[in-house]
Amino acid sequence: MQFEHLPATQILIPLIGAVFILASRKNIVIWATVSLLTLLTFINSILLYKQVSASGIISYAMGGWEPPIGIEYRIDSVNSILIVLVSFMALLVALYARKSIEVEIVAEKRPVFYAMYLLCLTGLLGILATGDAFNAFVFLEISSLSTYVMIAMGKDKRSLIASYQYLIMGTIGATFYVIGIGLIFIMTGSLNLNDISEQINNVSTIRPILASLAFITVGISLKLALFPLHSWLPNAYTYAPSVATAFLASTATKVAVYLLIRYFFDVYGYNIVFEDYWLSMLLIILSIAAMIGASLVAIFQNNIKKMFAYSSIAQMGYITLGVAIANHSGLVGSLVHIINHALIKGTIFMAIGCFVMKLNSTTIEDFAGIGKKMPLTMTAFTIASLSLIGIPGTVGFISKWYIITGAIEKGWWWLVISIALSSLLALVYVGRIIEIAWFQEPKIKENTIRLSHEMIGVTLIASITTLYFGLNTELTVDLAKIAADSLLSGISK
Amino acid sequence: MIEISLLFLPIVIPFIASIIIKALGGNKKLRELTIIVAPLITLLSVIKLYSLDYNIKLVLFEIMPNLEIAFSIEPLGLLFATIISVLWIIASLYSIGYMNAHKEPRQDNFFFFFTIAITIAIASSLADNLFTLFIFYELLTISTYPLVTHKADAESKKSGRIYLTILLGSSLLFFLPALIYTYYLTNDLTFTSGGIFTDAYANGDIGNLGIGLLLALFIFGVAKAAIMPLHSWLPAAMVAPTPVSALLHAVAVVKVGVFTIIKIIIYIFGTDLLFKTGGSEWLIYLSGFTIITASIIALKQDNLKRLLAYSTISQLSYIVIGVAMINPNAIVGSILHLTAHATSKITLFFAAGIIYTSTGFTRISQMYGIGHKMKLTMICFTVGALSMIGIPMFGGFVSKWYIVSGALSVSNWFVISVIIISTLLNTAYFIPIIYKSFSQSSSSVSYKKVPNSMLLATIASACLTIIIFLFPEFFIEVAKNVI
Amino acid sequence: MIIINQFIASYNYFIIIFLMIAGLYIVVARGNMIKKLIGLSVFQTSVYLLYISPGKIIGGTAPIINDNYTLYSNPLPHVLILTAIVVGIATLALGLSLTIRINEEFNTIEEDEIFNKEEL
Repeated sequence: MQFEHLPATQILIPLIGAVFILASRKNIVIWATVSLLTLLTFINSILLYKQVSASGIISYAMGGWEPPIGIEYRIDSVNSILIVLVSFMALLVALYARKSIEVEIVAEKRPVFYAMYLLCLTGLLGILATGDAFNAFVFLEISSLSTYVMIAMGKDKRSLIASYQYLIMGTIGATFYVIGIGLIFIMTGSLNLNDISEQINNVSTIRPILASLAFITVGISLKLALFPLHSWLPNAYTYAPSVATAFLASTATKVAVYLLIRYFFDVYGYNIVFEDYWLSMLLIILSIAAMIGASLVAIFQNNIKKMFAYSSIAQMGYITLGVAIANHSGLVGSLVHIINHALIKGTIFMAIGCFVMKLNSTTIEDFAGIGKKMPLTMTAFTIASLSLIGIPGTVGFISKWYIITGAIEKGWWWLVISIALSSLLALVYVGRIIEIAWFQEPKIKENTIRLSHEMIGVTLIASITTLYFGLNTELTVDLAKIAADSLLSGISK
Repeated sequence: MIEISLLFLPIVIPFIASIIIKALGGNKKLRELTIIVAPLITLLSVIKLYSLDYNIKLVLFEIMPNLEIAFSIEPLGLLFATIISVLWIIASLYSIGYMNAHKEPRQDNFFFFFTIAITIAIASSLADNLFTLFIFYELLTISTYPLVTHKADAESKKSGRIYLTILLGSSLLFFLPALIYTYYLTNDLTFTSGGIFTDAYANGDIGNLGIGLLLALFIFGVAKAAIMPLHSWLPAAMVAPTPVSALLHAVAVVKVGVFTIIKIIIYIFGTDLLFKTGGSEWLIYLSGFTIITASIIALKQDNLKRLLAYSTISQLSYIVIGVAMINPNAIVGSILHLTAHATSKITLFFAAGIIYTSTGFTRISQMYGIGHKMKLTMICFTVGALSMIGIPMFGGFVSKWYIVSGALSVSNWFVISVIIISTLLNTAYFIPIIYKSFSQSSSSVSYKKVPNSMLLATIASACLTIIIFLFPEFFIEVAKNVI
Repeated sequence: MIIINQFIASYNYFIIIFLMIAGLYIVVARGNMIKKLIGLSVFQTSVYLLYISPGKIIGGTAPIINDNYTLYSNPLPHVLILTAIVVGIATLALGLSLTIRINEEFNTIEEDEIFNKEEL
């Protein structure tokens, strides 16, 4: 065990890096450093994952203080894959970022943007790694605050409003979360998630625990943009710089879902959360509303970034649906869909970043004929779109398969129909773009800015990954199954 | 090991050919050489498969436990692969002529997607399980979409939208849930003779009603078979260039649809189970309705290609009605009709394409007297039409004979009357076209010269139609092996 | 009587709930961006109290080990809330600076006026 500090270095690399890159002013130097740091983070995450799969759960006492008093970092089969996923997306987006940031952000703000990018990554990884409820709140706020700053750096002045709105909503969400933790703390006297899960069944009265469940669920739901708490998301994604959108869309909401899964299945346990059907029914209804409602709204958008922002809300609906179904297949579906959606939204927003750079426009009509001019990028976009619909051969198909199986196991046929219907709506809005991009003649002249090779390369790699995971499910389904097993092991308790 | 790679050849060869076509770009000579040579090699590799053992299986990916993308051979699939590769040779000849005569733009793109579609069609014919078949079924829709919208004008885009929505939509809404439910019940999707539901049915996991409903999900999910009310994509797809309509929308795409249905009925449900539960009875009435209705709509069409499209819809339901009756003779008839309809319909489309190339006519009301100048073409057209009607001497007769005798042996008077009525309707819409074309010419028409390759291809497919009548033993043998 | 006694015994929670609702109300009901941030601060402050007030034990001292005292208050809530206050200040600072930038760009900090001008 020569790498015993891996859980700590996972967070420290981007955190310390964020401070140091402010020393330089040259874009290329900063970009290279950030890429290197995210690469290190990614390697670290893989080593961590290897360790977990070899020797089981890692419990790391931060600063040598033993849990439950000290802060514990707890890496198990669930968060180790997500840490790899987030680090991987961070690496891809960082490699992609250079040219896009040069075009979209003024020179003196660039170092700050990169610093915020790393801080946001720190926060997200922290939420995933930590086993302490309050520590998770701190990391949640670290990632949120840096996100607000990144969004506010968008070219359009409306990005300020988007950022402000998100700040208000995000802070309310985080505060709800803290209230929930406070109630748990009052009842159990502990903040260690593992410790809480053992004590939560011995409390004198269950009422405050249920209240805390409600607060935490609402708080996290705001962060993950569960319908109808999604109103901050479309503007934030639309007006943020392309790099920020690509990173946020592929990681931030997924990490929030992870937190929800952690609380539902580990901390509170299946019995408290799903014993009465009301919470799972409520979640299911909201998820379906998101899947169908947000997809319908997406169809009528004229701004391509906004369209895919609404699509994100719909896709988050699939993930929460799998959680709410709360059986093995449903959870596997959810976890795979987290991976899937991270990859496809990353690809789509990176591709959109390329188009926007060339066209100076986010209006869908202006995308006419872009497929002929930028065939590689559009191919990547098309592949990701197919995965969004859930065409076989892509990851999107696998995750839908499992969520539908979960619904069938429960005998909820109306759910199956809603899932299929929502895929159909995805086909409509995605089809519209593909048709315009491939089959129409170009209308407006693109500008002369040249795309960098790494932008196109990274976008293509991300799209190929979705195909790869659609055919080889070892890294997705098999891992998700192990994770779901460990999450559901509490049912019998 | 060698045998397994042999199994892979018919899929790999057209795939490589498509890449070569794309790579050659504007190099016309080499491209046309590839287009001619590739189908020949593919056919050889398919014929080679006949010598293989039915047990071998090639697993490409195992996606989930017991759920893999795998290929194997089985009589029906082999027959289907043969039909596709034989007709592909003829269609290649034809399309080279057609595309040159019309000076179509973006030919490399066209042939690229065309060859990809063939690859996928052959792959689906060799699928070892329903999951693999489903994947290639979906891919076929996507890969033929660029062909339907090849003209890139407003009309073709609108048709492309209908095409994609109905085909992808129905499969996502019905086919996929049915597939997942089947997998959930049986934990298996491999094509097995006798079906895979035996245990689930014996345990009471699924009842008679459940079987019927599940079959309905599958049937409506496979919209490529164009059973009403999910047929409207087929007439819409006729905006594509004629070679596409001919090969893809008379052979590959729609036949993959009925092929899937036959596979599902025989190898997933199993004929015994369906017979016992009566789960397929409703299908007889629905396809009977489709046969009659589509023929009546065809009567009113003036556009020749649209008429052929509606005729296809009605003929496809012949195949479905045959399997739905769950009677050995009728199933033989269905499988025969799969072949007979393919050759006759492709002949008809080829003839329509020649008429359009030579005169620019698309409507039947314009076609007075063209038979005098285009004797060979119109004779081939007549061969195809008579085969569709079911006149002896042509392939369509044999298959109808078997379907009718199947219906007689179970005394299903509904099917018999449907076939009689539809034969009359077929006569009513085909004979006037032939009559008009040989009647007096109304005005002076300028005839352009048509490339010989087009004529040659049409004659070849017309001959095939007659050959099926003369030597049906091979097909009957295959069909009996299936049951 | 019992109800009143219970009320008095846990009056701190009622103050917390009042502050919480008042803060949220301001955030929702006011269109002025500064006022919204003030509401947000009130809302967050209520949470500070939620943590600190149960941590106080009447008669307890600060947790310094000394033989004269046996009753200590739990130090953990204070430490946590120190962190939370830092987070709150950061949020407020960022919110205010965003408001300044918005005022520069749109010449107003009233949400209604901005929504009338711009299509979001």
